[in-house]
Amino acid sequence: MNPSRLPGDRPAIMVDGVSVRYANGVTAIDDASFRLFPASICALVGVNGSGKSTLFKTLMGFLAPAKGAVSIAGQKVADALKQGLVAYVPQSEDVDWNFPVLVEDVVMMGRYGHMGLLRLASKADRAAVDAALERVGMSALRHRQIGELSGGQKKRVFLARALAQGGQIILLDEPFTGVDARTETAIIDLLRAMRDEGRLILVSTHNLGSIPDFCDHVILFNRTVIAAGPIETTFTEANLIRAFGGVLRHVRIDGSDLHDDADARRVTVLTDDERPLVLYGERDREKLVAPDRPKA
Amino acid sequence: MNAVLGFITQPLAHDFMQRGLVVALLVGMICAMLSCYLVLKGWSLMGDAVSHAVLPGIVLAFVAGLPLALGAFAAGLGCALATGYLQAHSRVREDAVMGIVFSGLFALGLVLFVKVETDQHLNHILFGNMLGVQLRDVAETALIALPAIAFLLVRRRDLMLYCFDPAHARAIGLQVGFLHYGLLVLLALTIVASLKAVGIILVIAMLIAPGAIGLIVTRRFGPMMVVAVLAATGSSLIGTLLSFHLDAATGPMIVVVQSLLFALLVVIRQVRLALAPH
Repeated sequence: MNPSRLPGDRPAIMVDGVSVRYANGVTAIDDASFRLFPASICALVGVNGSGKSTLFKTLMGFLAPAKGAVSIAGQKVADALKQGLVAYVPQSEDVDWNFPVLVEDVVMMGRYGHMGLLRLASKADRAAVDAALERVGMSALRHRQIGELSGGQKKRVFLARALAQGGQIILLDEPFTGVDARTETAIIDLLRAMRDEGRLILVSTHNLGSIPDFCDHVILFNRTVIAAGPIETTFTEANLIRAFGGVLRHVRIDGSDLHDDADARRVTVLTDDERPLVLYGERDREKLVAPDRPKA
Repeated sequence: MNAVLGFITQPLAHDFMQRGLVVALLVGMICAMLSCYLVLKGWSLMGDAVSHAVLPGIVLAFVAGLPLALGAFAAGLGCALATGYLQAHSRVREDAVMGIVFSGLFALGLVLFVKVETDQHLNHILFGNMLGVQLRDVAETALIALPAIAFLLVRRRDLMLYCFDPAHARAIGLQVGFLHYGLLVLLALTIVASLKAVGIILVIAMLIAPGAIGLIVTRRFGPMMVVAVLAATGSSLIGTLLSFHLDAATGPMIVVVQSLLFALLVVIRQVRLALAPH
């Protein structure tokens, strides 16, 4: 039994005045609030140590908020997890790639929540695994040990696991680390298709330049929500500088360096040492410049 | 043919050899199953820690007139829990915390052992006394090992998932705390069950080598566990028989056979890799 599509008019994730404190007294998240709706892709952006992973852990019930409330699909986190609504795609460096599991074993792990005590796979479980592998184009490699895959293939295996699970809310941690540009495009296409089927996808990333390519929404985070909203209005130079303080590399080219005439437009490059964000236009009217990407 | 048969049957004509072999097989089996999880979870040192830490528990249980197994279990589990607590509440890394906790408890155990007059031999606690086990000891080992084996069989997939990806395990609603502490309790129980046969030092090898052997010869968890159990029970059988014929200590002989098997498999693998066409 797969959890069905979430109602589009109600928040898939609601975070309301949430503060999270660690046992050593450090406040990792302070009074954060936001709502995310189904059928969207949202980027979660912030410096290292800004509490992004803490937020993920809170959404998955690892950590209980000291104040405030988190609800997922209108339910308590624990109840949403029991229904398999939340799927998690780990960061590559958090996975032991020598672990003795094959591609199909990893995807089958997405079905454990649907199985009985002994975790014996039913026909439906096998069908879900087959369909998920087919969907991400990994059927041919299903008998490979997971360490024998490229960076992009590894990512696709874990996305297939999320699909097999039937997760409607997918949390992705740094999906593009160690992935080449062509594979990145393939993964983005897959994420878009998953969004169009009504899923909410929350992506934590440092890759600022990719965000306008595939995200509809952005949350700029630094221990609390600095800004949240649609990419066009929220993913701006001013907000990024507020969220990152001075840690972004910031290059601006304008005036005679860029134009021979009095053209007031300028180029701004913002980067967290991954793919840079490039803005072009007049002051406060700059537009995102999406560099050409190879087509998959 | 007769020589081979004699190699096996001659030792087994003795009661103490039969009892020893049953215990060796039981201990080999449960240690092998658990070792798969320890090796994959990166908990090899945890087996080391818990086994050393049982010593003060044994002495204190003797003083209090309680079953020694109970004291050993409590001390072993206490070590694992204390390590987790100290690591969460200090800036010292887990391996360092573990090193302090278990060597501290082991030292305390030695101090107590020398101070308190017990009917136990330190040598037997450290290295086991497989051929000295009584029927009562066989029953006690089986009473602990069989339920532990059953639990591991029933929950093997959940435990494997927990070792591989605890975040996913939590995200699909598995009881991650239950699995985590379940593994620690099983570890403490297994060490207690192995006490009489191989002792608290040699059990460390039995908790690492079979899993490592399984890992180098297979690519999948199920086969890994089967290979680990076969390697461990095979070593237990051969080691026990050899120790009879060579008049050598049984527990150490089993560990030697197991370690040689591991080394042999590593060499074979390297040779095959070198010979494989590229």
